[in-house]
Amino acid sequence: MSTEIASSDVGKRQVKRFLSRIGFVAFLTLVSLFFALPMLWLVTAPFDANPTMSVGIPDWTLSNFQRVFENPQAMRAILNSLIIGIGTMVLVVILGATASYALSRVRIPGRDALLYSLLLLSSIVTGTAAMVPTFQLINVLGLINTQVAVILVITGGLLPTVIFILKDFMDSMPKSYEESARLYGAKPFQILMHVVTPVARPGIAFVAIWTIVQVWANFLVPFILLRSPELQPAAVVMHTFYTESGQADLRLISAFSLLYSLPVILIYFLVNRKFGFRFHGGIKS
Amino acid sequence: MTQVSAIAPGKAKPRRGRRAEDVAGLGKARASLFVAPSLLLIGMFLIFPAVWTVYLGMTDYRLTGVQAVDPQFVGFANYAEALGDSSFWHSLRITLIFVFVSGVAGQSLLGFALAWAVRNLKGIWKAIVEGLALAAWVIPSSVVAFLWIAMLDRRNGTLNTLLQTDGKAWLIDNPLLWIIIFNIWVGTAFSMQLFSSALAAVPPSQLESAKMAGAGGWQQLRDVVLPNIKGHLLTNTLLITLWTFNTFTPYLLTAGGPGNSTEILSVYIYKTAIPGGQLGLGAAISLIMLLINLVVALFYLRVGQGRKSS
Repeated sequence: MSTEIASSDVGKRQVKRFLSRIGFVAFLTLVSLFFALPMLWLVTAPFDANPTMSVGIPDWTLSNFQRVFENPQAMRAILNSLIIGIGTMVLVVILGATASYALSRVRIPGRDALLYSLLLLSSIVTGTAAMVPTFQLINVLGLINTQVAVILVITGGLLPTVIFILKDFMDSMPKSYEESARLYGAKPFQILMHVVTPVARPGIAFVAIWTIVQVWANFLVPFILLRSPELQPAAVVMHTFYTESGQADLRLISAFSLLYSLPVILIYFLVNRKFGFRFHGGIKS
Repeated sequence: MTQVSAIAPGKAKPRRGRRAEDVAGLGKARASLFVAPSLLLIGMFLIFPAVWTVYLGMTDYRLTGVQAVDPQFVGFANYAEALGDSSFWHSLRITLIFVFVSGVAGQSLLGFALAWAVRNLKGIWKAIVEGLALAAWVIPSSVVAFLWIAMLDRRNGTLNTLLQTDGKAWLIDNPLLWIIIFNIWVGTAFSMQLFSSALAAVPPSQLESAKMAGAGGWQQLRDVVLPNIKGHLLTNTLLITLWTFNTFTPYLLTAGGPGNSTEILSVYIYKTAIPGGQLGLGAAISLIMLLINLVVALFYLRVGQGRKSS
């Protein structure tokens, strides 16, 4: 009697385990499909001789990419993204690194309060909430429709986060290198150039890549500040491609989408593998 | 993402006893000089606009015309206009629905479910699921928006082909629902990653002893996991709320339409101020948005501090 109950119990448990296993696999499959479905088009259409809005086995060709390379606006857009991205990156890295080093090593009054309030501010004063005053400020400064304006505005938004990341990094750097360099008579500037910079290189590289990824995808700031199509980065031109003319050129759009997305996807997965979870978030609008 | 650890209420790092020492001999004067350029830029392009909004919102600034050159001070007229306008309240209402359904509920729940589901998986399955969610998060928003436009296309869209519902215009029939689904798709990776690292930090010994005591999956989740990841839950909710509230990406998908059915607050501000040219009114609504952001952040900081002291 008791063994019967036990065995039926075991049977029930096995059925239950089997069912939960099926539920588990079904969940993962459904979720994977949900994420994959919109992306399929990005994988097939760029290689299709006659791409439509639907996903299908492509009529294999690379001529769509040729079309992008021959389109001056598309190439100009990628170049603009590079100019804005690298410009912002250089500014952010130089300003962020010097500021965070000073904040890490020198006890400036009110330092911690300053850092936290800046960080809080940067998450409250977002690109969307501050779009009107920023637009008006750039107007008044006479910088409207210039790439410098885009670089300055994005830099101001990213700097608090970057200083925070880099200060954390500099705090974890041993001070003994600088101490011994100083014992041997190195001047502060020499210490910065030849001791601190090489040791801080991983942190700086991380911030540089993070900045480029942020700027590359940023749509709102250039969308509001740049009017001339020849100044706009890929994020804005991509939007123009599919909203402007009546009949969208899907051959151009598909190949351009892939070329524009691929760098960040590659960077992201490489960096994510290397640095792990820290590489997330920021301004995404 | 360091912002996480920074804002995470009650998660401030324990201060080390070691005092900061100026080992390179920089000195306070030079150190201040190092910090000054950053502060100047942050001050000009982050803090000043926020403060200036207060003034702009009290003027009748316009993009063109007389008020562009010679704006008048109008006091609280803009606020009266905004608060008396049903389209503002409509925008606020759908923003709340958007934030709660797509962000707080959708992204957090799906992100947690994914993190929980793949926590013990190794190899290809984990890589596929996480990789797909991450790709959705990193592809630039203007591309992502077009991918969804293509998928939901009326005539040839993949969804209509799959469901054999040719001619169904999803973005016209249920626009709010689709920007909600779209936003879940875009943002779930963040919650998934955050909860993955949170789950990895749950002490295995506690899980083991719960299992030994015969706790099922749900019980383990409720009694062991959730108490351990409270801090992460709070951080996740704070960031998701702020980001979803401030996102502009749905504009790329629907441009606020059809009509004003997807005009969330960020899109409403944009349409009022820039194509609409009413900068003063736009600034007034911006200030309302900034204040909501501030309240949300302070609220979570408060809750976090309460947690820490108890």
